[in-house]
Amino acid sequence: MASGRDANRKTINATTEMKKLMASHFTELAEAKRKGQPKVAWCTSVGPAELLHAMGFLVYYPENHGALLGATRMATEYIPIANAVGYSPEICSYLTADVGAYLKGFTPLTKAYGITGLPRADILVYNTNQCRDVQDWFAFYAREWKVPLIGIHTHRNIKEVKDYHISDLAEQMRAMIPVLEQVSGNRFDMDRLRQTVALSLECTKLWRQVLECGAAKPAPITFFDATVHMAPAVVLRGLPQAIDYYKLLLRELEDRIKNGVAAVEGERHRLYWDGMPIWGKLRELSQQFISLKANIVASTYCSSWIFDAFDPLQPFESMARAYTELFIVRDESYKETYMDEWIKSFSIDGIIFHDARTCPNNSNSRYGMPQRISERLRLPVLVINGDLNDLRCYSEEQTRTNIEAFIEQLNEKRSY
Amino acid sequence: MTASCEKQIACEEGLFGGIDVGSCTTKAVIIDGTGAMLGASVGFTGTDFQKAADEIWDRCLREAKVRKPYIKAIVSTGYGRNSVSFAAAHFTEISCHGRGCLHFFDGPITVIDIGGQDNKIIKLDDRGQRISFKMNRKCAAGTGAFLEEMALRLRLPLGDLNRLAQDADGEVSLGSYCTVFSATEVLEKIKAGHPVNRIVKGLFRSVLKRILEMDTLTDTIVITGGVIQHNPFLSEMLRDHTDNPICVPEHPQVIGALGAALYASTVLCEDT
Repeated sequence: MASGRDANRKTINATTEMKKLMASHFTELAEAKRKGQPKVAWCTSVGPAELLHAMGFLVYYPENHGALLGATRMATEYIPIANAVGYSPEICSYLTADVGAYLKGFTPLTKAYGITGLPRADILVYNTNQCRDVQDWFAFYAREWKVPLIGIHTHRNIKEVKDYHISDLAEQMRAMIPVLEQVSGNRFDMDRLRQTVALSLECTKLWRQVLECGAAKPAPITFFDATVHMAPAVVLRGLPQAIDYYKLLLRELEDRIKNGVAAVEGERHRLYWDGMPIWGKLRELSQQFISLKANIVASTYCSSWIFDAFDPLQPFESMARAYTELFIVRDESYKETYMDEWIKSFSIDGIIFHDARTCPNNSNSRYGMPQRISERLRLPVLVINGDLNDLRCYSEEQTRTNIEAFIEQLNEKRSY
Repeated sequence: MTASCEKQIACEEGLFGGIDVGSCTTKAVIIDGTGAMLGASVGFTGTDFQKAADEIWDRCLREAKVRKPYIKAIVSTGYGRNSVSFAAAHFTEISCHGRGCLHFFDGPITVIDIGGQDNKIIKLDDRGQRISFKMNRKCAAGTGAFLEEMALRLRLPLGDLNRLAQDADGEVSLGSYCTVFSATEVLEKIKAGHPVNRIVKGLFRSVLKRILEMDTLTDTIVITGGVIQHNPFLSEMLRDHTDNPICVPEHPQVIGALGAALYASTVLCEDT
């Protein structure tokens, strides 16, 4: 039986600090464009950011911008603009929302941070480890602004990461250096790269600790909190600010654990979320789960920003390994083992798969995985259909009913 | 007398209501403490859920010849379950259809509910506990809305579809799983001179195909919902696809409301 719809999220105090950090990040980018220095590199979310920082670039992440368009519910307005110029409604809705917004001269950064436009790229650097769409996305801007487009092509759907994967990727990254030197005007400095990789390693370790707080009962953090608080791990990786921030956040979460403070009051069910967030519905979904006394305590998405492999002693090889060990790059058997471990260590009662219409690479429900995991772990699963950004693919009431029915099923299971 | 005995008597003597505010129709059921159905009513939902709930509920009271004070608890379900101000609690239609079917059949069962705008497949184990459920995706292909749309295209009264399908000596094959594309296919079939009854049987087959691709059908199959109430030939056609026993409860359209009423009796017994 469901309770009322109104439920309030518990605010994490560190959020204020995070907002300042993000404002500073975007202001710095805007300032760099005004002055012409330092140069700005656009980078995919798990692209070679460490190398770009080491070369003296300021780094901007369009995927973060895509998520902002989704979270501010502007994406669905701009996706059709990109559709009309030939970008299909079936491809990445980060891409289509971002390109559509660009074509209309809109960015949510204006309202959020007072920035008049996107920080134009001096160079675009992608990694296909997420998908091929990022390459096509960056290619749009490369044509638009006539700036260099370079990237690394990751081996995909792999079970084990082999030495030849690593040596190939490391070589691809080394091959970028001359272009990066030319655009940045700086010489490559191996020591600077080692320092950046060390900073990324520290950031990722702290981010792992933040997420592992979710294993506490009751959990002090929700998936919805984590999707917001992962922003520094995404856009400030390789910079000291991210480390300071996660130390602050971790202290707060550890205090919550010590004092038994639950992110979801009366936590009754602990869930795992696989797939992309539905950015435009974070608030509604978060409130629904709170009202149902269910907390999504772990997720594939948020844990995809843990890169244990970074090693300052072997910067190129360890970057290659970090970018390749990623969940999204791996085959089904690896993914299932990975999820099994998180599900067991976080005492999960049920699993929700989000099948995002425009993001097949982050939708793991399409090859029978929910059925296999459910049978193996004897846990109920729910698949919901939606999208990361395109709310035309999302049915509010059907999703709400599915989630409510799933929690009723968990309640019933518990009463037996 | 012990408290639990008093509670038992209160449950058995009380009357309980369930109201299922669906996307197309609203259904209400009144049961006694033993689960026997005293009355049921069905009407169009329209655009005002609360108004529909009030009207259908009042009609159900008249049908059951019962006055409001005798109703101990009411539970709502369905698309508009949150809009029923007089309900003590609400459950999803997935839970209520499962609960309603268990009133007539022992688990393990697979419930197929073909509703106005969505289909559900609900699997219950031998203890009646839900193992899994699936709802159709956002598209309404294969639901009651699909048949309504097609009847409109064929200029046929909805009430004629079952007879036409039953009388057909063959069926046309419709390949698309999109309602709009199916409509185009139907127009092509008409143009090609296929008899309308074969087209209607093809439409029924299309409904079944949409259900069969949602989940596997295991154990005894129980079909509920308004579509099967008005088109019982669908259950006969389903026999072409499975050797499992197929059952249709009496009054399949109100099984969700019955499930809600059964929950109402549980709610009262738990809360007193």
